[in-house]
Amino acid sequence: MAADGGMGHATKRREDVRFLTGRGRYTDDYTPAKTTYCAFARSTVANGKINSIDTSAAAEMPGVVAVFTGEDFADVGGNPAGWLINSRDGEPMKEPKRPVLAHGKVRHVGDAYAAVIAETLEQAMDAVEAIDADIDELDAVTNMADALANTDTLVHDEIGTNQCFDWGWIEDNRAATDEAIKNAPHVTTLELVNNRLVPNAMEPRCSIGEYDPGTGDYRLTTTSQNPHLTRLLISAFVMGIPENKLTVHAPDVGGGFGSKIYHYGEEALVLAAAKKLNRPVKWTSTRTEAFLSDAHGRDHVTKIELACEKDGTFIAFRTETMANVGAYLSNFSTATPTFLHGTLMAGNYTVPNVYVNVKAVFTNTAPVDAYRGAGRPEATFSLERVIDKAARELGIDPVALRRKNFIKPDQYPYASAAGLEYDSGNYDALMDGLEKRADLAGFEARRAESAKNGKLRGLGINAYIEACGIAPSNLVGVLGSRVGLYDAATVRVNATGNISVMVGAHSHGQGHETAFPQVVADMLGVDPMSIEIVHGDTSKIPFGMGTYGSRSLAVCGSAVFRATEKIIKKATLIAAHMMEDKPENVDFTDGEFAVKGTNKKVSFGEVALKAYIPHNFPLESIEPGLEETAFYDPANFTYPSGAYACEVEVDPETGKVDICSMVAMDDFGNVVNPMIVTGQVQGGLAQGIGQALLEHGIYDENGQLLSGSLMDYAMPRADDLPNFVVDHSHATRCTHNPIGVKGCGEAGAIGSPPTVVNAVVDALQRGGHDVDHIDMPVSPARVWAAING
Amino acid sequence: MYNFEFAKPKTVEEAASAMAAEGAQALGGGQTLLPTMKQRLASPEVLVSLTGIDGMVGVSASGGSVTIGGATTHAQVAADVAESYPALAALAANIGDPAVRNRGTVGGSLANNDPAACYPAGALGSGATITTNKRDIAADDYFQGMFETALDEGEIITSVSFPIPQKANYQKFDQPASRFALVGVFVAKTPDGVRVAVTGASNEGVYRWTAAETALNSDFSQAALEGMSGDADDMISDLHGSGAYRAHLVGVLTRRAVAACG
Ligand SMILES: Cc1cc2nc3c(=O)[nH]c(=O)nc-3n(C[C@H](O)[C@H](O)[C@H](O)COP(=O)(O)OP(=O)(O)OC[C@H]3O[C@@H](n4cnc5c(N)ncnc54)[C@H](O)[C@@H]3O)c2cc1C
Repeated sequence: MAADGGMGHATKRREDVRFLTGRGRYTDDYTPAKTTYCAFARSTVANGKINSIDTSAAAEMPGVVAVFTGEDFADVGGNPAGWLINSRDGEPMKEPKRPVLAHGKVRHVGDAYAAVIAETLEQAMDAVEAIDADIDELDAVTNMADALANTDTLVHDEIGTNQCFDWGWIEDNRAATDEAIKNAPHVTTLELVNNRLVPNAMEPRCSIGEYDPGTGDYRLTTTSQNPHLTRLLISAFVMGIPENKLTVHAPDVGGGFGSKIYHYGEEALVLAAAKKLNRPVKWTSTRTEAFLSDAHGRDHVTKIELACEKDGTFIAFRTETMANVGAYLSNFSTATPTFLHGTLMAGNYTVPNVYVNVKAVFTNTAPVDAYRGAGRPEATFSLERVIDKAARELGIDPVALRRKNFIKPDQYPYASAAGLEYDSGNYDALMDGLEKRADLAGFEARRAESAKNGKLRGLGINAYIEACGIAPSNLVGVLGSRVGLYDAATVRVNATGNISVMVGAHSHGQGHETAFPQVVADMLGVDPMSIEIVHGDTSKIPFGMGTYGSRSLAVCGSAVFRATEKIIKKATLIAAHMMEDKPENVDFTDGEFAVKGTNKKVSFGEVALKAYIPHNFPLESIEPGLEETAFYDPANFTYPSGAYACEVEVDPETGKVDICSMVAMDDFGNVVNPMIVTGQVQGGLAQGIGQALLEHGIYDENGQLLSGSLMDYAMPRADDLPNFVVDHSHATRCTHNPIGVKGCGEAGAIGSPPTVVNAVVDALQRGGHDVDHIDMPVSPARVWAAING
Repeated sequence: MYNFEFAKPKTVEEAASAMAAEGAQALGGGQTLLPTMKQRLASPEVLVSLTGIDGMVGVSASGGSVTIGGATTHAQVAADVAESYPALAALAANIGDPAVRNRGTVGGSLANNDPAACYPAGALGSGATITTNKRDIAADDYFQGMFETALDEGEIITSVSFPIPQKANYQKFDQPASRFALVGVFVAKTPDGVRVAVTGASNEGVYRWTAAETALNSDFSQAALEGMSGDADDMISDLHGSGAYRAHLVGVLTRRAVAACG
């Protein structure tokens, strides 16, 4: 293997050099000659009927080159939902059209209804102010229960309801689960809210449209996590531009966390405008626009019941959830509360009955879609909160209760009652590790110490499982996905021996440029620095599905692995030819081909050169060149799991929560770069703690976003966080992908919120306060209110 | 941001005449004004920058008080009064982040009179005198409700004098997002009596909590405040905390400030 920088090596991220020295190239850094600038007119009301939009004054403003309204896009398609969900009665979900620009009605504050293109951004903004929009404000609906109950106020009149679907999982298990709960010796019930989050990637969205009238080619440079999907949606659904006439390029992207998976109307608009004007058109979101128009995350209201024996053996979980989808269906919004949530509702446990009901609800709020963890944080939060409450009610230690019900290592593959087949794991080993690294035995002494300072100390425990490596096309196809979820890679060995690897995954903070070469270098026995990852540009890379759902290494990395296998196979043929022997007699180790039992050998570099200078080549059996592509479609999801512990101190006078420690024991399977994995977990923990303690997207009853800026929306900062203990040494390999990896990008954000809330509730309980639950964010005001009844 | 003219006077007199222009507005550190302009919520026609006026930058101490130039940054205050008036230095050192402290000015903060800002509590709690290009204004007369002050149109805060109390302490409880004061309490024990100024809490902006002052005047101890809290009816209630919570915090923070005074 490569001496330094191969599999398992904590190689420093090569891309960080450019990111940290200001040499990254983000979309907004790119300004083609003759660029024009776009600004949007956005609704200030949450629900409104558009009577007329008079753009004549705006069109006359200095520098203005074009003004668009919804009228201009009335004939083009809408931005579709990528996942069809059927209701329990078999009816397909309601799919109202999501137009490029609002037409007829505006449906949330921030809904764009017009766009101005001008020579400068200031001119475009000035002209937006000159647009005369006659919009009748209508009553808005922001609360999900109200939206379901009140059909006088509709987000989409044409569907006659605010309910998108009413989904049951697994519907055939419903009766058995109801029965089990009815007869159970003990049932613990908890009602909870999974708070709406606003993603807030550091780089706001930005899109540049270009059109070449000579060739008829379009080019979209955009902040995307998956450029091929964006191209597909624009081509097949929204604008009908032939795929081979549209390039989508996502250069360096400053964070996505899900919010940049989706195609947004602004992308279609800059392309249409570029064609019409024959000039590049650029739009860069302001932070305010990001708050109002990026897809938000979470926003579930849930009732969960856990039925168990008196000894704590789990009998059933039953969940009823309302999931806010906002005003329009964003691309994966229907998959997130269903198949990324309901299928995980058996957790890490041998529970025989699971039933989940999810009602998706339209409201006059920004669309809600997958955000780091996507459905799995919601599942884990519900499960692990109700388990904690059950432990208290039953008088069983929360660690012991979880252990009692864990799936045991010899039970894999394990068919969960929620319909998934877990391939590997060892939850007891994770819990053993946690007990040591978190020094659970020493908690009492630390609690006594905190008490001396007037602080209430609490301990929170959590176990999670997630389904990552999204995902097997066969499976997701059955579940309603309208796309395949394979990935692709091309490994191109250049004549001089260095290597370009074109991948369908997109790196926007994940470190692919460092980790993927480690896989290839290990297999080929070459210097990782001779390998370059090419990603993000549909004109350069094979058709892949991008990065989200902790899928990059498990799915795209496996495609890289398969393509590299093909390279080795072909290179072996060439080497055999060079050494005048049979391929089966040739061994490949440490970058060298050798004929068994002889001292004949050729290096990988010599073979590469030969491949491109095929003098005296047996062309009937070997093609020139050394380049291979593989599409990889996994057999199953991967199932990372973990056990987390958190200690908090609560100031009972003010309600302020300080996190004293956070220990994350995760099973990610094989680890390619432990440093990158640790970084991913740390970032996830920060976001999970943000959700638990700080972040909250709140709309008032009129649909105004109250936490619409960083002055009111609290992002986690370094001093909100403890020093993390992150340990991924207790690994069980994924059994079905060639690298044995499971995915680590979302774990921290999935595992930490219930850990923190469990710890706060524990602190209050130990402090003598009868508090069962506090909704996130567990702000000082809420803790104080809980303590004071 | 809309276009504007920019003036950078060298003296207070030049600044005052520049401020006479139509649509002119003073610019201190720009930490409040510039974000507002970027969002197109303010549109001054002329920005008159005060930070180039030598006489308005710096700190001097004499006769038991410190005088701070109106265009002095929070960072400079934090450094320069650390020995003479540590409670005020701590207040300044805990405003915003380093970028804000290296730009934002005491004059800007007091002119703006944000209901959640720290300096108003420091000035009212200390019984400071706000000096403008026209007159001296006692802190007790200066603050007139949220974002409202005694300043006339175009009037410039040239300096602020803080009498140094015998003991003082500022307790700030952060609003989780902005980290302005959700509630902040400045307690000062002076030869003329105790002053307690509360920011962040009231619908009326910064105010003196006279009930606490009375209690502390007879017994400067936490115990004197036992069971006391602010009046919830007058308190701001928003997504970060109810009026009842703020009223409660007023009591807690005042006790803590007294305890920290030693
Ligand atoms: C991220 C962030 C965090 C912050 N956190 C805090 C905090 O924790 N506590 C806190 O107290 N503040 C906080 N602030 C506000 C900060 O203290 C600013 O310095 C203050 O609000 C304004 O001061 P400035 O010098 O920047 O004034 P500017 O923004 O330049 O001006 C503000 C207003 O005052 C007027 N003005 C400025 N100088 C004068 C003068 N000398 N005479 C008359 N009028 C004048 C201007 O015309 C304008 O109306 C924060 C600000 C930011 C951006």
